[in-house]
Amino acid sequence: MYNKGTIIPGLALFVLFVTFPIWFNGLTTAGDLPKPELPPGGEKQCVMPADYMRANHMQLLNEWRDNVLRDGNREILEIDGKKYRKGLQMACMACHTKKEKFCDSCHTYAAVTPYCWDCHLTPNEAASKEAIH
Amino acid sequence: MIEKTLKGKPAYWIWLAFLGMFMAIGAACYIRQYNFGLGMTGMSRDVSWGLYISQFTFLVGVAAGGVMLVLPYYIHNYKEFGRITILGEFLAIAAIVMCMLFIMADLGQPMRALNVILHPTPNSMLFYDMCVLCGYLFLNILCGWVILTAERKQVHPPKWIYFFVYLSIPFAVSIHTVTAMLYCGLPGRHFWLSAIIAPRFLASAFAAGPALIVLACIILKRVAGFDAGKKAMNKLVTIIIYAALLNMFFVGLEFFVGYYSNIPGHKFALEYLFFGIEHHGHVYNNLVPFMWAFVILAFGAIGLLASPLAKKEDNDFFLGLGCAMLFVAFWLDKGIGFVLGGFVPNPLHEIVEYVPTANELAITAGVWATGFFVLTLLYKIAIGVEHEIE
Amino acid sequence: MDKQRRKFLKIAGVSALAGIGAPAIIKLTSSNAVASSGGQEAAAGHAAPAAAGHGVAAVEAPQGVRLGMVIDMRKMAEQPGQLDSAIAACINAHNIPEFPDSKNEIKWLWKAPFQNVFLDHSSYHSSTRVANTPFPALCNHCDDPPCVRACPTKATFKLAKNGVVAMDFHRCIGCRFCMAACPYGARSFNWQDPRPYIKKYNADFPSRMKGVVEKCNFCGERLALGQEPACVEACKATGAITFGDLNDPQSEVRQVLDNEFTIQRKTNLGTKPSVFYIV
Repeated sequence: MYNKGTIIPGLALFVLFVTFPIWFNGLTTAGDLPKPELPPGGEKQCVMPADYMRANHMQLLNEWRDNVLRDGNREILEIDGKKYRKGLQMACMACHTKKEKFCDSCHTYAAVTPYCWDCHLTPNEAASKEAIH
Repeated sequence: MIEKTLKGKPAYWIWLAFLGMFMAIGAACYIRQYNFGLGMTGMSRDVSWGLYISQFTFLVGVAAGGVMLVLPYYIHNYKEFGRITILGEFLAIAAIVMCMLFIMADLGQPMRALNVILHPTPNSMLFYDMCVLCGYLFLNILCGWVILTAERKQVHPPKWIYFFVYLSIPFAVSIHTVTAMLYCGLPGRHFWLSAIIAPRFLASAFAAGPALIVLACIILKRVAGFDAGKKAMNKLVTIIIYAALLNMFFVGLEFFVGYYSNIPGHKFALEYLFFGIEHHGHVYNNLVPFMWAFVILAFGAIGLLASPLAKKEDNDFFLGLGCAMLFVAFWLDKGIGFVLGGFVPNPLHEIVEYVPTANELAITAGVWATGFFVLTLLYKIAIGVEHEIE
Repeated sequence: MDKQRRKFLKIAGVSALAGIGAPAIIKLTSSNAVASSGGQEAAAGHAAPAAAGHGVAAVEAPQGVRLGMVIDMRKMAEQPGQLDSAIAACINAHNIPEFPDSKNEIKWLWKAPFQNVFLDHSSYHSSTRVANTPFPALCNHCDDPPCVRACPTKATFKLAKNGVVAMDFHRCIGCRFCMAACPYGARSFNWQDPRPYIKKYNADFPSRMKGVVEKCNFCGERLALGQEPACVEACKATGAITFGDLNDPQSEVRQVLDNEFTIQRKTNLGTKPSVFYIV
């Protein structure tokens, strides 16, 4: 074999580099499954079952967005006796008050950066400038 | 054919590096703007479009101007243009690339640009502008490439390409017409609300576009040994002179309508552009020097191009000077005055003047440099093929 | 081999173009591609029952709910501070930033002299009250809005339900075509992140992000809760602003319109504004 001295270390480096995500996640905590914090208020019930929300909350939010803004349909949802105003800020954040511990935990894990909070206020942000209510 | 761009004299590489420098500065400035927002520019609530959109408007004209070579050659079989038609098509490609970059630079949310396709809206003129610009870009790439390939192989171009060549002619007219319609369909903007905007745009385009091609030919003769032929040049100059005169005539008509009817809305922007306006004790006349420079350069250029000086066999200095003057003149007219003047006064009859920021100027220069970079590469290919078959 | 590669590239190119173009074609051929006419179609379904029998003005039969307001400048002048509190209420309700410079200004409801608000009405020797009272200016929620016509993404549109010209900030690409199209100067652009300039947050309403256009929304979010727009509420003491359905002959706003001479801004442009003024 020619150039054994460069090929073998090179190959080793290459393998090390390609498998980087595997061993990096194994050695650090970056790969651990996220544990989003449940609503601090002890709410057990959501607008949809947790399984559905976990997989489809983004579609639901888009649907609400189009309902509210584009169709002018802002009707208040009543689910099992609890009333919800359609909206990330008005429905979701009312129970999930800690965006940093709930939303971010999975979004960081999945490396997605939704632009929701460019406009929508988290309870923390809203409280930072004496909210009117 | 692309390999032709990879070999060149040192001057070629220095020129590309020179343009590359501006492109790099422009890109860095764009990153700043992207992160901070369009507040990095001089635009405001009242002058909501600035240098980017005005450059876009002017460059659509430059792109459309290429048709003044395609039309005589393919429709009227004017053989003298055979060698330079490809220059017109390639200029159109570079100009549309610049147009698209300027649009992207102007968007507040560039990441959402594809919303124009995802949510197509046929009642918006911008939707049609996107359609015709993309169409014209595609047609020019297709026609330019196929015909140049055929030329290189010394065979006749395939018959089907003529369909696209003929199609590109109405497309050239449509890109500038639709761009004019962006402005002239808006109620309440008196300066733009004029049916003559589209013809005026076309006239100035058919002068500025060919003027740039004449300039390019003069430069290519010196640096690349490419001779377009005096007869072709003289014919182009005739086209330029008539188109330029038409544009000046149309501008004159705007003055007539405004001043003879004496309707304040029609007069106001013209008065602001050419004479300055005093409003609540403050004089607003930012654009006056530009507009008079436009008038003087335009008439000077027309005079120069029409004189025997420009027709000299041995010296093309005056020809080049005339074309450069005309190009600058119409850039001032359309690339500065037309768009910015339309925002004065604002809908509540207040005057706000616009001054671009350094960051904005650097991005603008970067886009122009990108356009010339693309143009240089394309012309290198075209000239390379010409030399190969000689 | 070479030929096959060329063929592959050609097919790939054509399919890529088709792939990009297909969604647009599908959307265009689907029913309500034209935003403004789509709105009218849908509105027909909501036709107010009372209006049906009257046959008011055959040319312009009222269709559905059309929200509008009448601003009574006589009452506005009674309490000069009133307009300021209405503007403040609007700013608070919608998390509107307050920039120190006019270049970045975001205005939904603002003050301007009569001569600036009513350009096509003479202000030559106008009465002292008119000359000295600042007029409120805001989005006119036109029945035929030029901004909706101009928007290339349907980010601004007329709600079929109540005629309000609304914005979808999620979709706006920030081209500012609507700002050039609006003859009332009612639209503002976020030249930079507005949050640092918002004084107080209303936790029930979002802020905006940099790079999108915004304007008055007739308080759609308050209407949904059965409340009146913030500015109307702020002027409640004198009743300077009346709000309601212009197409409902029984509504309060129609009572005012039936009894008073009102003017509108730039009616000659055919936009059919929904905001009326009693001077």
